[in-house]
Amino acid sequence: MSASGTNGAAKTNGTAEPSGPRVLTKADFQSDAETRWCPGCGDYAVLAAVQGFLPEVGVPPERTVFVSGIGCAGRFSYYMNTYGVHGIHGRAPALASGLAAARPDLSVWVVSGDGDALSIGGNHLIHALRRDVPLKILLFNNRIYGLTKGQVSPTSERGKVTKSTPFGSPDEPFNPVALALGAGATFVARTIDRDKHHLPAMLRAAVAHPGAALIEIYQNCPVYNDGAFDALTEKDTRDDALVMLEHGQPIRFGADGKHGIVRRADGDLEVAEVADVGENALLVHDAHRTDPSLAFALSQIGELDGGATPIGIFRQSPRASDAAARTAELSAARASFTAADLAKLLHGSNTWSVGASGAGAER
Amino acid sequence: MSSAAKPIEELERVIVRFAGDSGDGMQLVGGRFTDVTAVLGNDLATLPNFPAEIRAPAGTLAGVSSFQIHFASREILTPGDAPNVLVAMNPAALKANVSALERGATIIANEDAFTTRNLAKAGYETNPLEDGSLEAHVVRRIPMTTLTARAVEGMAEVSTRDGMRAKNMFALGLLCWLYDRPTAVAESWLDKKFAANKPALEANLAALRAGWAFGETTELIDHRYTVATAHDVAPGIYRTVNGTTATALGLVAASERSGLSLVLASYPITPASELLHELARHRSAGVRTIQAEDEIAAAGMALGAAFGGALGVTATSGPGMDLKAETIGLAVMLELPMIVIDVQRAGPSTGMPTKTEQSDLLMAMYGRHGESPLPIVCATTPSQCFDAALEAARIAIRYRTPVILLTDLFLANSSEPWLIPDVTKLPAIDPQLARANGSGTFAPYARNADQARPWAIPGIPGLEHRIGGIEKSQPSGGISYDPENHQLMTNQRKAKVAGIEVAALEVDADPDAELLVIGWGSSYGTLRTAVRRIREGGGAIAHAQFRNLNPLPANTGEILRAYPRVLVAEMNDGQLVKLLRSEFLLDLESYAVTQGRPLLAAEMEREMLSRL
Ligand code: SF4
Repeated sequence: MSASGTNGAAKTNGTAEPSGPRVLTKADFQSDAETRWCPGCGDYAVLAAVQGFLPEVGVPPERTVFVSGIGCAGRFSYYMNTYGVHGIHGRAPALASGLAAARPDLSVWVVSGDGDALSIGGNHLIHALRRDVPLKILLFNNRIYGLTKGQVSPTSERGKVTKSTPFGSPDEPFNPVALALGAGATFVARTIDRDKHHLPAMLRAAVAHPGAALIEIYQNCPVYNDGAFDALTEKDTRDDALVMLEHGQPIRFGADGKHGIVRRADGDLEVAEVADVGENALLVHDAHRTDPSLAFALSQIGELDGGATPIGIFRQSPRASDAAARTAELSAARASFTAADLAKLLHGSNTWSVGASGAGAER
Repeated sequence: MSSAAKPIEELERVIVRFAGDSGDGMQLVGGRFTDVTAVLGNDLATLPNFPAEIRAPAGTLAGVSSFQIHFASREILTPGDAPNVLVAMNPAALKANVSALERGATIIANEDAFTTRNLAKAGYETNPLEDGSLEAHVVRRIPMTTLTARAVEGMAEVSTRDGMRAKNMFALGLLCWLYDRPTAVAESWLDKKFAANKPALEANLAALRAGWAFGETTELIDHRYTVATAHDVAPGIYRTVNGTTATALGLVAASERSGLSLVLASYPITPASELLHELARHRSAGVRTIQAEDEIAAAGMALGAAFGGALGVTATSGPGMDLKAETIGLAVMLELPMIVIDVQRAGPSTGMPTKTEQSDLLMAMYGRHGESPLPIVCATTPSQCFDAALEAARIAIRYRTPVILLTDLFLANSSEPWLIPDVTKLPAIDPQLARANGSGTFAPYARNADQARPWAIPGIPGLEHRIGGIEKSQPSGGISYDPENHQLMTNQRKAKVAGIEVAALEVDADPDAELLVIGWGSSYGTLRTAVRRIREGGGAIAHAQFRNLNPLPANTGEILRAYPRVLVAEMNDGQLVKLLRSEFLLDLESYAVTQGRPLLAAEMEREMLSRL
């Protein structure tokens, strides 16, 4: 690699002292670092979508921070002309949680991959979700280790042949949506790298969510796991393979919406033919339910099991929290904490004084 | 309480050890005895010692908890070696502590607890109070349980259980009488503690007073003692602090002095959890504490907070340090201020979590992959933890670097009087946050005269920048795999740490001293005490104690070379001596012990004498 490398230095935003309302553009979020992903990598599409979407949020680059972990997706933060930290493997949610605790005024994003978030960093991910830290977490799921050149990942399907599993992976994969729901995530969505409309729609909903928001992004790795999501993106298969979840709408898919999801008498969900069961029998998606059981049941429908794969918002149920109020209270306390207060604190409640003569005197 | 007619003898210093079952409230009694002693203006030092098990089987040796206090009318520096008085609440407490006593020491035993069953649990075949095995000591057998029960007898609402639990207060009352300490502060402490539990308050007060009254009336003890106000302490306002409190206050002071908000992220671990508990209470100072999901996350949160412009701190002990190493390495690379507090305990692995040691020095120095130098500060006494925390913050902020602050379990738990500093005289710490320069370019790895890089916190337009663990090019901060650049950055990180300004090493030397004794951290009090004894015996000696371990004070080599013999004493297997030998190529002698306890003045006196 060359000495110049990619550039971490700030690119000028042009207007340090904006006059009038500042109009943000995609260019404001593009750093001049040279992107280094493999040609055709799904990461490019996600980067473009995020850079294209952020201007509409209205948070300027200087108040936006991207914190990433290790892996191909980890490089994401270098390409955003915002503040950014490329951390260590799996620890991005921890770094971001500390940052969010110290700076509630910032918009903090986490960029992670399936190995980063679900293997080495699993603990940090589930606890960030449990605490509902206001982070927007983009989980790039390509079901493979890319940067280390093609080992099985925690989302690789059972039987997958990789360099580290020449006889096929013996292990069940994680379902990231189910895992996040199990951890108590209040916002969980799934989308696909190439979908130029759906991906920004998920980003929009995540930003509007007050707590932690996790978006699983199916991301194609053309080098080590090419076509992992083809069934969901190719014209001839996607109609039957992709279930679009829309809040308040009956769940149906397939050409002309001929398939649908129904709830059986025993409570389980199953795919049915609309012609057989009738439109009124279809399950109406409700992402706003406080109880996550339905979202969890939907997460169990997936193409790994030979079924269709739902994308969209599984759960969007803000949790009442006094975290913001507590944080504001602490900030106000810190702002008004003076040297006199410090002196009082140092004295505590039990002091005695020693005069110049050395005589002790009880307080 | 009026003073009794029994004669009072004045002593210069006294060492008392309270020992009992961990359910007997010995730490509480020790703490209250410390309070009543502190307000009399005695100098003092304390040493709590408790079992690792929260509820070890009652009455067994494993369940013994003790609290030692050394108080004097002159400056003292250690909790003392051998107690003059041992209060033993049960046979196990006696058995676990009797070997620390010298001939002639007094044992005050709760004879009610010396039952056949308890004797067996402690492993005694015969009752030591009766079999003559304690004849080298003065034994006072006092039926404390019975006397306490009698004191609370007939009190409305006081249960037998409340009465039984109050026997520690009986012991406290008796000791207060014996050493002529008014109990007012202990009583007001009880008032507060049991404000919501009147029966318990009444029982405890009654027991305390019964203990005192017993002293006045008993024929068993015909003598009282007093220790006058210390005469050689600096004038000012004092309080008692242990190392944990002093560290917490130092961090809050650093927050106030620097204008930065304090964020502490920690994961529960003995003994560092106490710092989390302490700081969690300081909401009024705006302190944010987070109990992280693990040690790694705690370090990551502190570093993330630092990126956001806070004073990011994480605190842990032994095994937690292992887990934080990766994040500390990232902090070295990011060159952001961060404080990592290691309250050292005996290792390796789980080791002895409730016993002290100084065995993390080399880990602090070298325990990361790659060339990753960082500054190391250590604390020398419980109250000095305040200054050490401030020093760690000063270095971290000025030089944009993680700093490891080494304290230890002994410092964390021991308390001593602290001359409360004048807040206005504490040096201000200017974080010199980067400002928008308007030029349109910002180089995050440009360096100032201290070799430190700009700390540009999010929120400032024009300073957006990306940093990470990958090697960066100087000064743009972009990713770089260039060989020359890596050499340059390695050199600069090293030079930055090596160039940190630290105070010169002070030597307390007799003009004709031939032996220099050198230590670091918490052995300060012990070494000074031993040195004082050598001098009292007519010997000439020199002593120096490190507070900064990386970089070492600039005059270190000069001082080491000035003495024909140098003895390095530490509570590990010889870690500082290894550093000093390799740095200065000198033939230094080592005295190193790993017994999970502080060095004792007597053993150091012996070691020094043998080299004079
Ligand atoms: S290895 Fe795969 S995921 Fe990584 S950059 Fe290349 S294509 Fe993208």
